[in-house]
Amino acid sequence: MVDLRVDLGRGLCLANPVMPASGTFAEGLAKVIDLNGLGALVTKTITAELRGGNPTPRVAEVSNGMLNSIGIPSKGIDHFLDETLPFYRGFTAPLIVSISAPTVDDFARAAARLNVPGIAAIEANISCPNIEEDGKAFAMRPGTTEQAVAAMRKVTHLPLWAKLTPNTGDIAAVARAAEAAGADAVVVANTILAMTIDIETMRPTLGNIMGGLSGPAVKPITLRMTYQCARAVDIPVIGCGGIATASDAAEYLLAGARAVQVGTATFTRPGAMNEVIAGLMEYCRRKGFNSVAEVNGALNADLLTHDVMEAAQ
Amino acid sequence: MRQADTLGVAPPADPFSAQVADTVARVIVNDWVNAEYKLIELDAPGVAADAAAGQFFNIECPATGEDKPFFRRPMSTYAADPSAGRVQFLYKVAGAGTRGLATLIPGQTTRILGPLGMGFSLPETAKSIVVLGRGVGLATLAPLAELAQQRGVAVTALISARASEQVLSVERFRAAGAEVETVLDSDGTSDLGNVEAILRHLHAQGRADGFYTCGSNRLMLLMQRLSAELGIFGEVAMEQQMACGLGMCYCCVRNFTIDGETVSKRVCWDGPVFPLAEATSW
Repeated sequence: MVDLRVDLGRGLCLANPVMPASGTFAEGLAKVIDLNGLGALVTKTITAELRGGNPTPRVAEVSNGMLNSIGIPSKGIDHFLDETLPFYRGFTAPLIVSISAPTVDDFARAAARLNVPGIAAIEANISCPNIEEDGKAFAMRPGTTEQAVAAMRKVTHLPLWAKLTPNTGDIAAVARAAEAAGADAVVVANTILAMTIDIETMRPTLGNIMGGLSGPAVKPITLRMTYQCARAVDIPVIGCGGIATASDAAEYLLAGARAVQVGTATFTRPGAMNEVIAGLMEYCRRKGFNSVAEVNGALNADLLTHDVMEAAQ
Repeated sequence: MRQADTLGVAPPADPFSAQVADTVARVIVNDWVNAEYKLIELDAPGVAADAAAGQFFNIECPATGEDKPFFRRPMSTYAADPSAGRVQFLYKVAGAGTRGLATLIPGQTTRILGPLGMGFSLPETAKSIVVLGRGVGLATLAPLAELAQQRGVAVTALISARASEQVLSVERFRAAGAEVETVLDSDGTSDLGNVEAILRHLHAQGRADGFYTCGSNRLMLLMQRLSAELGIFGEVAMEQQMACGLGMCYCCVRNFTIDGETVSKRVCWDGPVFPLAEATSW
């Protein structure tokens, strides 16, 4: 029997390393699969303020992936605590609540409101625009990452994860800043800023012009970033980006991810997470790993020279 | 509160109670019904064939040639037969997804997620309803005619099309006992003024306890105006681009007007059938 359990720090242990990526999961999936079979449940990002979201079209399909510019529609934290949280309390899988905010103080205020039963951890979506810094995402730079994470760390004892953006020049430095500010884990990574144009209408395909690329197309990029972050920090790295199969997940674990998030794949195959869990168990058996934790760090990169590694930075 | 509640309609089912399956469905037939539309019938055991009128499926469409549809395609149920374990979809071959779907041959399989969404409701007091559709909207309305027949409710099907070659589903509606009237662009009978006159006439004859529409914005607006003026229960089945079909991605939102306020709703989760009074132009 393969031990699928993973330890994500601050007392949070998951039954297996597979969970949904924020924004690709909601109550509706419970109609199709048993949510208690997942390592954790991760909510769509909520904000303190009411947000309507972006104009349609909000998604576009591309080769092996999709763009989205949903715009974080949110009914606010009160609505979440009163209407949504009770639904998730009916499940044993730990609930991770994704939050976002336009300022450092708003991040802290949002985090402080989540110290309630039924919430196992906070995932701070710091990939959103910071209105105090000309709209640049917090996680684009180490300094703003550190400020946002430190402000939340002061007000919560819950495990605190920072979800990083791939739209930055030095993601390892951003991960180190999150760790220094007290994050318990980093999630690597959010979507890659992208766009498509309809050449017949000569308009951008998305109502918001630009959006985030996700799906299998991004996997080699976010896998590389996961590898860089896992080498840069001691806290767990949670891999996220284009995972659709167990082999994708195994690649992330080999790159150093302690756990993985499956997102876009669930849109096209609602049972994708279950298939990843079953396939990971089979992979461990086949390769002689007694636990998924053993897969971490098993990457056979000895023959590669330091220069090659640096060239990838 | 849904308008239906005030008219003695059973409240909508709890959206969490119904189960949904991602069924591997086997193609029985996939044939052209005219120059633009194909009908696919699938062997789909389990909950799929329990689909109610107005519910839909999210269908995996194979890649073919240069077409590589990444998302599934949402399609309303054209027919569902629980005793045979079969479902049918009527679709216009128009884009990457439907071009792929059109290549499936009997014996091949594809995944269909469903049944999804909230379907049509019939007021308990209704004795006679009018369905008004155009294009593929008729595929959505056909199962409603059969539901009405089972409940002993008379149906008038008003079918709008460009020309007689594009008229769809007349036999389906007739088989369900519906009185069928066709209006065409080619002879000017589909003109809004004429359709309004027909609807008013049906109401005057006591044959319009319910208005149902799908497939045309201008026909929806007409029915909405008349249902408000004449106090007729009404529902509209909406379409929107979708990714997940399960209320998770929030891409299929549309605006609705409820108590004078604009409210954003997910077509896949809150609909695809909505109270006619709440719909806004698309």
